[in-house]
Amino acid sequence: MIRHYFRLLFMLLPLLWAAAPGSVLAGQGIYLPPEVKASLSSLNVNERSVAIAALIQDNSEEAAALLSALQGGVLYVQREENELYLQGPDGFTALTGTEAVNPERGRMRRVGTNIRQRDEIIRFLNIRSLKHPLAETRRKASAALLTAPDIEPATLRGLLAAEEDTVTRNNYTKILAIKTLSDSGAGRAELLAALRELTVLHTPEAQQLIRARRASSDPQIAQSADRALRQTEATIQHIALFETIFFGLSLGSVLVLIAVGLAITFGVMGVINMAHGEMVMLGAYTVWGLQQLLPGQADLAFVLAIPAALLVAGATGALIERTVIRFLYGRPLETLLATFGVSLILQQLARTLISPMNRAVETPAFMSGMWQITEHFSITCGRMYIIVFCLAVFAMIYLVMRHTRLGLSVRAVTQNRAMARAVGVNSSRVDTLTFALGSGVAGMAGVALSQLTNVGPNLGQSYIVDSFMVVVFGGVGNLWGTLAGGLIIGMVNKFLEPINPINGAILAKILIMAGVILFIQKHPRGLFPQKGRAAVQ
Amino acid sequence: MRFMKLAIALVTLGVMLGGVTARAAENTIKVGILHSLSGTMAISETTLKDAMLMFIDEQNKRGGLLGQKLEAVVVDPASDWPMFAEKARALLTQDKVAAVFGCWTSVSRKSVLPVFEEANGLLFYPVQYEGQESSRNVIYTGAAPNQQAIPAVDYLLKEMGIKRFVLAGTDYVFPRTANKIVEAYLLRQGVAQDDIMINYTPFGYADWQSIVADIKRFGSAGRKTAVISTINGDANVPFYKELVNQGITADLIPVMAFSVGEEELSGIDTRPLAGHLAAWNYFMSVETPENEAFIEKWHAFVNDPKRVTNDPMEAHYIGFNLWVKAVEKARSTDVDDVLKAIVGLEVPNLTGGKARLLPNHHITKPVFIGEITEEGQFQVVWQTPGEIPGDAWSDYLPESQDLEADWTAPLNCGNYNLKTKTCGGSGN
Repeated sequence: MIRHYFRLLFMLLPLLWAAAPGSVLAGQGIYLPPEVKASLSSLNVNERSVAIAALIQDNSEEAAALLSALQGGVLYVQREENELYLQGPDGFTALTGTEAVNPERGRMRRVGTNIRQRDEIIRFLNIRSLKHPLAETRRKASAALLTAPDIEPATLRGLLAAEEDTVTRNNYTKILAIKTLSDSGAGRAELLAALRELTVLHTPEAQQLIRARRASSDPQIAQSADRALRQTEATIQHIALFETIFFGLSLGSVLVLIAVGLAITFGVMGVINMAHGEMVMLGAYTVWGLQQLLPGQADLAFVLAIPAALLVAGATGALIERTVIRFLYGRPLETLLATFGVSLILQQLARTLISPMNRAVETPAFMSGMWQITEHFSITCGRMYIIVFCLAVFAMIYLVMRHTRLGLSVRAVTQNRAMARAVGVNSSRVDTLTFALGSGVAGMAGVALSQLTNVGPNLGQSYIVDSFMVVVFGGVGNLWGTLAGGLIIGMVNKFLEPINPINGAILAKILIMAGVILFIQKHPRGLFPQKGRAAVQ
Repeated sequence: MRFMKLAIALVTLGVMLGGVTARAAENTIKVGILHSLSGTMAISETTLKDAMLMFIDEQNKRGGLLGQKLEAVVVDPASDWPMFAEKARALLTQDKVAAVFGCWTSVSRKSVLPVFEEANGLLFYPVQYEGQESSRNVIYTGAAPNQQAIPAVDYLLKEMGIKRFVLAGTDYVFPRTANKIVEAYLLRQGVAQDDIMINYTPFGYADWQSIVADIKRFGSAGRKTAVISTINGDANVPFYKELVNQGITADLIPVMAFSVGEEELSGIDTRPLAGHLAAWNYFMSVETPENEAFIEKWHAFVNDPKRVTNDPMEAHYIGFNLWVKAVEKARSTDVDDVLKAIVGLEVPNLTGGKARLLPNHHITKPVFIGEITEEGQFQVVWQTPGEIPGDAWSDYLPESQDLEADWTAPLNCGNYNLKTKTCGGSGN
């Protein structure tokens, strides 16, 4: 009953508009009949739908302006007065042009739209933009129409005849071809022409229509539909292969990042550090902390977090080494238990001091979005940066271990502690520094992980098993082994996942685990066994 | 001698005072709170502990219950399932609590179930779950599948015109059962088997690249596609982040989540997620005087104006009020008396309606579909006209379509078979 009343009202809407004395152009304020205002500001989403449908039907300049404000989420209603406001860069302005009585933030409620309403509005605005004087706007609108060709062919032909821009013309031709395919009364010659037009187009809607024509009784039509489809499918398969390779590399680089710190503490020093995951966690919290300290500068905070995480996690590592681990050298079981305790303490500290809940870390602008390589193949920027970051961290560690005095001392102490001390290396200082370095690198891994996963107390736990697996598989004590091990495990994992579409992720994990165990049986020292005297110990 | 007397007097006084305080402690009604405060589930359950403390505090300010003060007994089962059973037993047999409010995961509920049935305790379980259970000793204040999953699927089918469905979930009992029900329902609604893709991932799964690419490919077959997500807890953040990375926005492939609420969103940068959906029986953004008062009280209690409220908190609010009302009606905290009194009671929910406790120990609930907004809240885009009664046994699965739960006389059975007219035992 109420709905009917509204329908009636909206049928009268254009009349009301024309008759309204205060009707002015958008920008200076829009006059809305009170009934429309009431339904637009209604809490009931269905009532708002009726309003939107009526505004679309109205099709005036004002209606379009109002709808685009609604779609853009800048239309607000003041709760007490039920007055509509537009949100602009310098605050709220009343829709009627009069001053806002109380445009205080808390009293404003955004006029919400759901997906379906936004779809409708966008389609409406798109069709309006087809007549826009700017060629660029027409191009965009016609491209958008490709995925939802909701327009009469006759109208389209009229637009095509008047259009001069080639891109837009091309889009129109394709839309017309789609229209022909979906027309059950289309002639043979028309259909064949349409199929030819659509061979290189991959919009899902077009594909669906072509698929339907494959079953055509006319062999020639069926054949060209089949050809068009097969071309598309071949492209899709190629893309899938490239994607899998990229995914493998990306997963591998994450594994290398989290394992490379452990490759130093466990691989080189031989400390089974169960608190390694919590060092990663500390690094991730550093990003969050810096973003809190520098509000509005997410990018800067993220970049600063890289050295900061190295320092925070490194200092914590040094503290742990000085207070716990140094008393337990040569006693792996006790070390394992003690560091496990440290890991639990750190987790609960994060829960109590910060929050048991995850923290939201903003994605820096340069890491969001996709990098379009070809028309149909794109990779995500965030993952790309993480691969680069991983290689940079690895290179840094490698240089430190190979070409600095610290690296030399570390290798000397791990190979023969007594001899190293005899030639004047302060072995206890070297131990602390090495452990701090391994922990610090884990912290840097945490910076990268903050972009991929939850920043919360449980972060470390989920990665500890993986990082041990990579180090053991790659060969304890060998940095190259860690790099190769991580990348191999990541790649194999991604190629195994498609074997079962329902729970491939779990199966791949199990198979990898089993594979690594079998491999270790045959090669107990891993992929790249350490050679020389150190290996014999 | 004098000193002696003084000492004796002091000691006597001390004993008396001690006795008094001890008696005062005995005269409280104890309420058990069984939520993990450490371990992986602390992320969700800590809030519920705080909410329960607030309800108990408020009740005490109103003068307690039956003239006695309520006393909260908080234990920490540390996200460890066997520990849940141990702590539940301690609450029931040592602390002798009148009722327990607790559990989050289904596995924790399953592990305490035998304890509650054996010791004749009373558990209020506040989380939406997979159904297929009704115990005499449990009051389910969270949604059964017909109060969340089925209306959500209806919304996708009818309101949004979705033709293809991806059922993505974490590999454990709730997603497995919920997806079984959803799949059966979709097939019954005429969706082809080829248009349903099912995928399970381990707990805390973080590398979503291939699965999101698969979903993207599945969604590009030319028919409107949606994801129904029963992905749990920590796995959600990387999942949504990967969606954003691969450019899947809500207008391309909307995600309807059953386990993502305000609290989960508070750990994500939600700006790119605007438009994705969730189905719950309560949203913090629902504008009713009850809800606004509730939020205000909550912020004052936790002293943090940014803390969010969520669906399981409302379930505990309803459960606690139901229990208080039942105790007042029975004039006793004895579990048998309370159970007898509680069926049929009605208390207001926070969204402007009423929650009634049904004979199957589930409650009536309204269903809301909300879209994620940029502020990390939900905006209601659809709701059921009234409250929906919770159904313990799904009508869409062959093994449970003939089962009914009714804990009132004469049936008194958790799984009564309407066809064979027998009770299949207690609970499940």
